[in-house]
Amino acid sequence: MAAITMKKIVKRYGDGFPAVNEVSLDVRDGEFMILVGPSGCGKSTLLRMIVGLEDITSGEMLIGGKVVNKVAPRQRNLSMVFQNYALYPHLTVFENIAFPLRLAKTPDDEVQRRVKETAELLELTEHLDRKPANLSGGQRQRVAMGRAIVRQADAFLFDEPLSNLDAKLRGQMRTEISRLQRRLGVTTVYVTHDQTEAMTLGDRVAVLRKGVLQQVGSPRELYEEPVNLFVAGFIGSPSMNFLPASVDGAFLDTPLGRFELRDDRKAGALGGREVVLVGVRPEHFEDASLIGEEKKAKGATVQARVDVTEWLGNEQYAYVPYEAPADVAAQLRDLSRELDGDQLRTQAVVALDAASTIKPGGESELWIDTAKVHLFDPATGENLTRDEEHVAQLNQLADESRDAHRKAHRGD
Amino acid sequence: MESARSKWLWGVASLLILVWTVFPILWIVMLSFKQPGEVGNKKGFLPADWTWTNYETVFKTDIFTSALINSIGISVIATFVGVVFATLVAYAIARLEFPGKKLILSFALAIAMFPVVSLVGPLFNLWRDIGLYDTWPGLIIPYISFALPLAIWTLSAFFREIPWEMEQAAQVDGATTWQAFRKVIVPLAAPGVFTAAILTFFFCWNDFVFGISLTSSDAARPVPAALAFFTGASQFEQPTTAICAAAVVVTIPVVVIVLAFQRRIVAGLTSGAVKG
Repeated sequence: MAAITMKKIVKRYGDGFPAVNEVSLDVRDGEFMILVGPSGCGKSTLLRMIVGLEDITSGEMLIGGKVVNKVAPRQRNLSMVFQNYALYPHLTVFENIAFPLRLAKTPDDEVQRRVKETAELLELTEHLDRKPANLSGGQRQRVAMGRAIVRQADAFLFDEPLSNLDAKLRGQMRTEISRLQRRLGVTTVYVTHDQTEAMTLGDRVAVLRKGVLQQVGSPRELYEEPVNLFVAGFIGSPSMNFLPASVDGAFLDTPLGRFELRDDRKAGALGGREVVLVGVRPEHFEDASLIGEEKKAKGATVQARVDVTEWLGNEQYAYVPYEAPADVAAQLRDLSRELDGDQLRTQAVVALDAASTIKPGGESELWIDTAKVHLFDPATGENLTRDEEHVAQLNQLADESRDAHRKAHRGD
Repeated sequence: MESARSKWLWGVASLLILVWTVFPILWIVMLSFKQPGEVGNKKGFLPADWTWTNYETVFKTDIFTSALINSIGISVIATFVGVVFATLVAYAIARLEFPGKKLILSFALAIAMFPVVSLVGPLFNLWRDIGLYDTWPGLIIPYISFALPLAIWTLSAFFREIPWEMEQAAQVDGATTWQAFRKVIVPLAAPGVFTAAILTFFFCWNDFVFGISLTSSDAARPVPAALAFFTGASQFEQPTTAICAAAVVVTIPVVVIVLAFQRRIVAGLTSGAVKG
């Protein structure tokens, strides 16, 4: 077991394009770290630099306190699960799992014992004599995991291990990986572009954008206190709505209507700016007719024309198109494209209570929880209203819940 | 309707080709079973009087037995050395980025296309000067150089099919580059290696031009060349039937090898390596 420390890691390809740019990241011993970002953000490259399959252009990579920049993959004592599993098709499941042990010249009786133990842990015992070609996707995935955990590696590295499974199996394997990691307590770095995996698996999540590290924090911190527009838009599904607003004292004029910032800290954060982007998560909207007076007074009510509604049983989404100034609209479209989406029109996505009877096409009254909104600088994308006190609280909470998790899993 | 008709057409076409290719072979086989005096005197496809005489004659003739040993020895050695070289070269071409990679590949192709006959003359003189004329190495060297391009092309195609991750996984699992190559890549490329080996072997086994030009005695003369020196059981007989028997004998290994390894050649060993 070991901590992994990255200091100003840069990966530059032949054409000078930096795939990873000055990333500094500390993965603590035993921690489950997620690298997440849209495709092409450099997360896989970073993982491959940790394992040694990719050269480091500059910067320092430390594993267990030792600089490993020039150390060959086989000497780093890490194990990795590849996206396409990379099982050896000519070997049986048993020999696939035993492969790292055989290379380490482990005595045969110990190989037998450890492979059997691993197979039991992953419920592969009855498949040990089969070839990978005869296994289902989920079974292959488990064999790949078996090969990774059979030896005492210093850290596990996962490169989008679940992306080839169907949705149901993915959910099961996700829980399985989480349980396994907490039980073994091995440092883990996990690359994914899937939000659910990022939010549910990680102790901490690192968000990358075009090779640059944006924010590292617990899933809650990323969701509730994002540092910038990119993280705010990337984390959460459906993503946060960004409304352009012109500032008028403590009042904000948005395309959906005018409302007041009642929080002095937030009003202060405006810092004399004339235009800001207001970030509102879909669930911070509500059908005004379903809210009590007392709660209503804490937020703001606006009139909006709902275009389409989607009723899902447990909740309901409403789409509210709005007009935005051309430059802001272009900026939002760029952001959406960068987040692997392609939003054609500027619209707000609103999550309503399933009981709401708002009709598409007409004017409706929507309530906004203004205490929860974030304000972003339209030029830099920086979050003006990040609450450091709250962040500290969230960190403490994350640490506590992590320790509790560990204790529960070590117990059994 | 359409598919039934096209099936029928395919059937007829295959049958025609089959007859076209098998008939000469059958003819040679039939000739080899005829009495030495029968050819040219009696008409008929089938031998009037079946006999093993020709085969006995062939194996009693020193020219043939020594030529058979030469052929086997030279072909096996050339195949082995050629395939080992080709495997290493093809692996490097498939996996490494180095300047001149394209040049090597096109150079190899150019060698494969080079007319063999134009080289025989110079080679004859050179071999005589440096003492390689009429020796095993004197044939093995040109065989290897002419078989290599094809083997390199076949093998590098096979290596390219093997996912990079296989090897990277092996390296992460603790293998050196050499171990990853030997324990993962070579077993996976086995069908390719077999294909390359068989193609090389056939090339060496069937060669006539080098065999007849670069040898002068039993010391290195391979079977295809030796057939031309056949005299038959006695000087007064045409050696036609004996030559046919010898031809059948040298064809047998080819048929056996193809039958034995066709599965391996075709086998898609990599299926299941990755998703899907």
